[in-house]
Amino acid sequence: MANNHLTSESKQLATWYLTFAAILFGAQLLFGLIAAIQYVMPGFLYGILDFSIARILHINALVVWMVFAMFGSVYWLLPDETGIETIGIKAGKLVYWIFVAAIVVVVLVFLLIQVGPASDTTIWFITEGREYIEAPRWADFGIVVVALTFVGNLFLTGMKGKQTGIVTVLMADMIAFAGLYLAGMFFTDNISVDQYWWWWVIHLWVEATWEVFVGAIAAYGLITMIGAHRKVVEMWLWIEVAMLFGSGILGMGHHYFWIGTPEYWWEIGALFSALEPLPLVAMFVHVLYDWGKTQGAEMNSEHTDEGHVKSVIKNKPAFTWFVLNAFGNFLGAGVWGFFHTLPQINLYTHGTQFTSAHGHLAFFGAYATILVGMMYLAVQGKNGIKVMKNTKASIWAVSMITGGVMGMTVALTIAGYVQVIVSRAQMGATWAAYFDGQGGAWFTQAMDWRLIMGVITFLGFVLLAKDLLTTGKNPVHER
Amino acid sequence: MANKSVWNDNRFWRRSATWVTGFASILLIWLTFDTSAQISMGTNEDLQNGVTKRVPGPTVINYKITYEMSAKRGHEVPVIGGNDGKGNSLFQEKEKFFGRDDWSEKEAREMLHLGKLGSQAKNCMDCHTLLGNGAYYAPDLTKAWLDPAWGPNGTMQAITNKPTKEEAMAEFLQHPELYATHARMMPNLGITKEEAIGLVAFLKHMSSIDTNGFPRNFGKMKGAINGK
Repeated sequence: MANNHLTSESKQLATWYLTFAAILFGAQLLFGLIAAIQYVMPGFLYGILDFSIARILHINALVVWMVFAMFGSVYWLLPDETGIETIGIKAGKLVYWIFVAAIVVVVLVFLLIQVGPASDTTIWFITEGREYIEAPRWADFGIVVVALTFVGNLFLTGMKGKQTGIVTVLMADMIAFAGLYLAGMFFTDNISVDQYWWWWVIHLWVEATWEVFVGAIAAYGLITMIGAHRKVVEMWLWIEVAMLFGSGILGMGHHYFWIGTPEYWWEIGALFSALEPLPLVAMFVHVLYDWGKTQGAEMNSEHTDEGHVKSVIKNKPAFTWFVLNAFGNFLGAGVWGFFHTLPQINLYTHGTQFTSAHGHLAFFGAYATILVGMMYLAVQGKNGIKVMKNTKASIWAVSMITGGVMGMTVALTIAGYVQVIVSRAQMGATWAAYFDGQGGAWFTQAMDWRLIMGVITFLGFVLLAKDLLTTGKNPVHER
Repeated sequence: MANKSVWNDNRFWRRSATWVTGFASILLIWLTFDTSAQISMGTNEDLQNGVTKRVPGPTVINYKITYEMSAKRGHEVPVIGGNDGKGNSLFQEKEKFFGRDDWSEKEAREMLHLGKLGSQAKNCMDCHTLLGNGAYYAPDLTKAWLDPAWGPNGTMQAITNKPTKEEAMAEFLQHPELYATHARMMPNLGITKEEAIGLVAFLKHMSSIDTNGFPRNFGKMKGAINGK
């Protein structure tokens, strides 16, 4: 950190968070590749690192790198928004190391111990075995301590400094985000009750609080990167909050169609989750609108001729990822989500690769994109760059990662279609029906393509890492 | 601003966001109370008194469970202890589970508890789906208990050389690598005999949960072989 341009400790901590997030992002892709290989070659690492373990690491690394990057993003923008240094930053830095250490231990236990006997000890120290939040109970408490410290930093700073609309939204959003985790910290013999509350964590994070977080980050990005008008951006943000929470909270009903819960969730889930894409369209329109508006104003004031138009974008790669977020969120979460959100369709698609296709494109489009954008903003700030340009590596990285994820999504959608037709509609969802679907040529070819596209995604990640790491020495950027 | 109106007033939208979020949250909490009551686990008394619960008590393992069309609801429902002809449970016909059909509430609850713990301790959901949630690398287990593959005419009792469905399942769970049916096979997860019995109780109990007709037409497709 020889030429570190950061004077704010909060921003320093942000770079720590974002760096570890990037490492976990790489780990997520690696374990995803292992799982993808196992679909094609079932004997691969059988008995050593079985699919279940590869997948646990794949999806938990995903959740944790995103949480890290989200925390990092907040620590990054807090000094800019509030005008003061983050309060309690020393505690924030301390829990960062606790968080990192806890994750290293959890990953090692997943890799080396993997499963335990059917006892409470296993739940406390090895795995909780609940998708996405498999981390053992002791780690849950660690996460709560870390989250409370983070929320404490945010609230103390927000209340003392300038409380902008963005900070207000983040304060409300992050306390809900932290609080919802508690809904996943108990054991019950009743699997319907188990799943009911499990969705409070998973759905209300991913389809409510995380989406609002993205809205707030996008607002911050538009202000810092293209100098968008704060009042307009924050008005949009409030509209998005209303639409996201208005649809997303009760949209949770679409997870309550088949888990033992009453039929009225069919209507509630269908209605509200069908509305969920609307704010995502609004967010996309809003980003393009603000971009066009500030660029237009710039052109008018400068009276430049068409050939010499100066771009208002102060960080090209970050802005690329932000625009990609606006569209990817709509496509992955909105369109691919709407595909199978109505109960009449979901009866057949529930628990098939359809969900997996949606999951890949939605997590990427809605979250990975904007968080990578935040990594670029942090790299810009850390290296004291005034205008950050696209590089060959940045363009190849974004193209390969986006193309790769899109390719995986299409492949998984086709695989899901085979499952729906063969295993579900035609053969009635039994063990034999399942394997009949899995053995079909369309399914196996789709899985081959998913692996190829996964490799492309990973190579794109390598380029992304290279671009982020070499930015400091790259003379192309205006300092 | 010259054209000040309510539509570009941030306070108006902030208040709207607060009201909308508050209203949605309150509605969710209210529905949660109702749903929680409806999905609370039943008791042995319920079963004896013929009370249909969405999630029956653990002693449901003493009864014969089937998955049949309900005329009233228009989809399949779990039918416990015999069908009245319209898809309603009669709670009469028993079925031996590991040689007994008189497991007490305490015994059944302990088995279910061990099975549910085991389902988490072995990361079942990271290959299989339960109630359709989980990973898609292995078959859905929601109605696995009712799968014809494990029935008297299915292959699994023959492969494992066991006389009953529950014994075949328990044997498979302890040594899945010995009874692989496909190249993609389940690994040995160190499941003990006791844990295996618990897991089978958990599966039988899960098949009795009213999942609003998911999955559709389970095990009913006799004519469609090999997707043709």
